[in-house]
Amino acid sequence: MPREAQNSFLQSSPSSPEPASLPAEDLSTNSNGPKPSEIMLDGDREDLFAEATEEVSLDSPERDPILSPETTPAVTPVTPTALIAPRMESKSVTAPVIFDRSREEIEEEANGDLFDIEINVSDPEKVGDGMNAYMAYRVTTKTSLSIFHKNEFSVKRRFSDFLGLHSKLATKYMHIGYIVPPAPEKSIVGMTKVKVGKEDSSSTEFVEKRRAALERYLQRTVKHPTLLQDPDLRQFLESSELPRAVNTQALSGAGILRMVNKAADAVNKMTIKMNESDAWFEEKQQQFENLDQQLRKLHASVEALVCHRKELSANTAAFAKSAAMLGNSEDHTALSRALSQLAEVEEKIDQLHQEQAFADFYVFSELLGDYIRLIAAVKGVFDHRMKCWQKWQDAQVTLQKKREAEAKLQLANKPDKLQQAKDEIKEWETKVQQGEKDFEQISKTIRKEVGRFEKERVKDFKTVIIEYLESLVQTQQQLIKYWEAFLPEAKAIA
Amino acid sequence: MTTTLTEIKHLPTLALLVCCEYLAIFKKTVAMHEVFLCRVAAHPILRKDLNFHVFLEYNQDLSVRGKNKKEKLEDFFKNMVKSADGVIVSGVKDVDDFFEHERTFLVEYHNRVKDASAKSDKMTRSHKNVADDYNRIGSSLYALGTQDSTDICKFFLKVSELFDKTRKIEARVSADEDLKLSDLLKYYLRESQAAKDLLYRRSRSLVDYENANKALDKARAKNKDVLQAETTQQICCQKFEKISESAKQELIDFKTRRVAAFRKNLVELAELELKHAKLQVMCAVRKCPSD
Repeated sequence: MPREAQNSFLQSSPSSPEPASLPAEDLSTNSNGPKPSEIMLDGDREDLFAEATEEVSLDSPERDPILSPETTPAVTPVTPTALIAPRMESKSVTAPVIFDRSREEIEEEANGDLFDIEINVSDPEKVGDGMNAYMAYRVTTKTSLSIFHKNEFSVKRRFSDFLGLHSKLATKYMHIGYIVPPAPEKSIVGMTKVKVGKEDSSSTEFVEKRRAALERYLQRTVKHPTLLQDPDLRQFLESSELPRAVNTQALSGAGILRMVNKAADAVNKMTIKMNESDAWFEEKQQQFENLDQQLRKLHASVEALVCHRKELSANTAAFAKSAAMLGNSEDHTALSRALSQLAEVEEKIDQLHQEQAFADFYVFSELLGDYIRLIAAVKGVFDHRMKCWQKWQDAQVTLQKKREAEAKLQLANKPDKLQQAKDEIKEWETKVQQGEKDFEQISKTIRKEVGRFEKERVKDFKTVIIEYLESLVQTQQQLIKYWEAFLPEAKAIA
Repeated sequence: MTTTLTEIKHLPTLALLVCCEYLAIFKKTVAMHEVFLCRVAAHPILRKDLNFHVFLEYNQDLSVRGKNKKEKLEDFFKNMVKSADGVIVSGVKDVDDFFEHERTFLVEYHNRVKDASAKSDKMTRSHKNVADDYNRIGSSLYALGTQDSTDICKFFLKVSELFDKTRKIEARVSADEDLKLSDLLKYYLRESQAAKDLLYRRSRSLVDYENANKALDKARAKNKDVLQAETTQQICCQKFEKISESAKQELIDFKTRRVAAFRKNLVELAELELKHAKLQVMCAVRKCPSD
């Protein structure tokens, strides 16, 4: 049955279907260089089977991929490109068990599937005046998930609300091994400019940068199957009134406490010497360390690119004006006209550069920034595991001490104290057991989380980089148009 | 360890980079020299100059020495005198409409070419900066791609290659803009300055001529040294007429050459920009790491 459905669907698509045994695809062996459209179709193929068992229209593009390392493009409602399938009517789909997969994968799958939710952050609006002013953002949720009361709703939130949400989620989930996506960074300079009411391009840019970052933050958070179930997240998305999160202010009592704790943590980390029995963790930590370094380098290069492209744009605009002036003073008519045309072309090119710089930044640079912060969160989770191990070890040491104390009391023959000692031993035996269980649990959760993180990372990077490359291509295609229009003008000089 | 390997793998690319830069600069210098020599060869009078013939034909080392300190100082003072004098002389209105028009035109044109030349230089440099950034991004992506052999790493390697190609093309765009646009403008900056200098020399000789006329009138009135005054006046007159005649021709030629040079360079600029943009699109579409 599924096979037929597959064929009937594929009739409408030009690419040839691959065998359904889904081997891990080696991307480099496809020497024909298939065009971007083929990624989408390969992704669709997996979802076909879903379609076959439930008569629904095409998949929700936000589903976690089933197995294959080939990815379905993740939809971020920011800029849909030609690569990503136009969003069709999304319904939640339960994936049938078709392939011979491990229990873990099936479980993971089941978690990732009831996943149909789209978040937009829009309409930044200044509320209030002077130093008490703040920006309110509209957070709109569209979903068909049953845990929410409605299918579409929107609320107004301010930046500290987002920070409050992150703080709550981090407190609840990080110490048991879940990678909680970090919130966008505070910026005192940026916000002050906005408060003071500077209506210039740099504060508009700042607000737009923040709006986009908040949107990405929420989208990442809801993609996490466990976090999605959290009542605080739901309240954040749904409630019209939210208690003000004052503890997020940098200079508040809670803020200072946070800084002190962070420092203490850093010191502790240095003193914990963990006997790593699982090589996987050591490997992974090293990998993340390397990845962190590389991403930081790349991020710095992309930021330099953004800067230089903005300069290029400004210089092109200046040149355009200058060329126009030169054309005006040129007394040979045809040359004068050609120079004016050149000025116009350069003006248009300046526009192009501006748009490209925009893409450089919002598509590429911000993604890298997000991932650098995400990796910090991953490292944090690994640290929590170390702390958990330490706690378990400490409990074992204490248990040992209690046992020694009991042995001494036995020799000293003090029956009343002996009972207390035995009780304490029981208490610490339980603690040791709990400690071991906690450690195993956090290790297991981290493994799962890291697996999920890696998948998301691959998806994200591929989608974003392809989107970015497309922007580069588009720019070049526009350039071709402009210069093709100019060439006859230049040739017409006589 | 990985970093070192990456750096070693990039060495040949580095050498290539330096080679490309050198070639670009070489191309540029050679082009300017060619233009200069062609100009001299095309000039009816200069082409007959013995120095020029020696330059073209002597098949051993010319051993030209540069200006020594004394000569450089002389040049400096000559320039100072010239500009001071130029200010005085430019106040004199010309009877000839052609030259009056030319002077007004040249002054404005020269200033605008100067501005355009400076802005074009800045623009070209920015292009080069962008190309350099692509290079760094390509290297970073390469480093990411060599972390392991998973699919995402293969993807990174492909994108890194693409950035490499894009960077080469952008560098060429920058070099070509420099050659066809910046150098053109720089050249005409100097040409328009030379034309202005010519006008100055003519104005100078006009002033001399007028002064000689006044001196002759004075001599005739006093009836003293009349013959000498007449001779001086005649020499000045001849000088003035000769320079006016050749200046007129030169200025007309200047316009013809200017129009031709701009046409050639603008056409070539547009063609090169098109070629590079098309190449970039082709590279991206072919390399587009969708597989």
